[in-house]
Amino acid sequence: MQGGHDLGGKQGLGPINPESEAEEPVFHADWERRIFGLTLATGMLGKWNIDQSRYARERQHPINYLENSYYENWYEGVSKLLVEKGLISEAELLSGISQQTVSQEFPVPTREDVKKILSSGGPTEMGLDVGAVFCVGDHVRVIRNFTHGHSRVPTYVQGCVGKIEIHHGGHIFPDKSVEGLVSGEHLYAVRFSGKELWRSDIRNDEVIIDLWEPYLRSSN
Amino acid sequence: MPNDHDHDHTEPPSDIVLKVKALESLLIEKGLVNAEALEEIIETYEHKVGPRNGAHLVAKAWHDSDFKEKLLENPTAAAAALGYVGRQGEHLQVVENTPSQHNLVVCTLCSCYPWTVLGLPPAWYKSAPYRSRAVSEPRSVLREFGTELENEVVIRVWDSTSEMRYLVLPLRPTGTDGWTEAQLQQLVSRNSMIGIELAKSPAEINQTNQGIE
Repeated sequence: MQGGHDLGGKQGLGPINPESEAEEPVFHADWERRIFGLTLATGMLGKWNIDQSRYARERQHPINYLENSYYENWYEGVSKLLVEKGLISEAELLSGISQQTVSQEFPVPTREDVKKILSSGGPTEMGLDVGAVFCVGDHVRVIRNFTHGHSRVPTYVQGCVGKIEIHHGGHIFPDKSVEGLVSGEHLYAVRFSGKELWRSDIRNDEVIIDLWEPYLRSSN
Repeated sequence: MPNDHDHDHTEPPSDIVLKVKALESLLIEKGLVNAEALEEIIETYEHKVGPRNGAHLVAKAWHDSDFKEKLLENPTAAAAALGYVGRQGEHLQVVENTPSQHNLVVCTLCSCYPWTVLGLPPAWYKSAPYRSRAVSEPRSVLREFGTELENEVVIRVWDSTSEMRYLVLPLRPTGTDGWTEAQLQQLVSRNSMIGIELAKSPAEINQTNQGIE
C-alpha cells in the first residue's frame, strides 16, 4: 500500500538534524526500551511474522504514522496485532488490567529461549522449483502497484526501468507472507539511474533496490 | 477497533509512557511475556550488539586481504566466523567504497538495518527526512553530515526493501600504512559503515585521544 511509510522521494519533510554519533544513546527514554523489548518478545510467540508486523504499522492513517515518533509506531503496531490475534482485548489495552485469561496454550519464551532465538534469527532464503526469469544485466520495468495490502515495492521506482545487478536467489515473498503464507519468489537487486528516477541533472547517482520477480516486467 | 486511532480519549492512560507501562504489566500479568526474557532482549541490543562488531569486520578487511575477499564474497559467513550472527543479519551484503564509487544505505519503507554488525539504527536513520531524501538527493543529505564528495564520484544508494542487510566497507584512510587491526578499528565509525560519512583520518583520532576535539 502507498501509505505514510512509503517515503522515498517525498519532499518537504525538512532537514535531518542528526545527533552526533558519540553522544546518541541507543534508547532516548525508558518507554522506548520497553516497547522495543515487548515488540520482540511478543513477536517470539509466533502469532505473526515480520511482514505482518510491518503491515500493522503501515496501515495507520498517514497523518498518525508521520506524526508519531518511531517507537510510538511500534506501540501502535504491536498493540494492534495483540488485539487482532485475540491475545488481549481493547479494554485491557486501555486499562492495563487483565480481564480474561488467554484461551490458547502456547510456549512463552524464557531468557534461555530468547538467547537462542536472537542468535539464530529468521532466514528468508528458500529453494524454488522454478528458475529465475531474469539474468544479471537484463533491463526490467517495475509494475505500477496499487494493492491495499502489504508490499515492498516503493512508489518512487514504480513504472521506472532499471538493470538487474544481483540475483539474490529465492526469498519469502512479503505480499504473500503478510497473509501468513510461506511462498518464495526470486529476488533481485535492481539498479536505477538517478536520471530515470528523478529526471535530475546529476547523472552519476544511482539507487539499487531489492525487488521480487512479481514486481518486474522485461524491458529488454 | 473503533478507538484504534483515537488520540482524544480522556480516560487514562493517554500518554505513551503510561500506555507502554500498562501494556507491559498487562502482558506480564497474562503470562504472554516472561519478564527475564524481556530484560534479555533489551540488554542484548542496548549493551551487547553494536557498531563495534562492524568496525571489527572492516578493520580486519583493511588489514587482511584474504579476509576482505571472504567478506565481499560471503559476508554472512565471514561475519559468522567472528561470532556476529542472528536477527536482522541473516543475509548480509557488504558494499565496498572505491575512489570512484561511494555507497550509502537507507530503508525508505521502514528501518531495515544490519543489527548483528551495527546494533540498532540511530534515530536519524529512521526519520522521515532521511528516508525520503537519501534516495532522491543523496548529495545534499551527505552534505548535512559534513560529507562532500567530488562530482565525478558515483553515489550508489542501497534501499533495503528485502531481508538483505547492507554494510558499507569504507575506504581505508591514507596515512595508515603499517597500522595494526586494533589501531585501524578506531577509524571506523558507525556512520562510515552506513556510508553517510567517510572513515576517520589519523588526525581526527589523534585529536580525540588528546581530548582537543
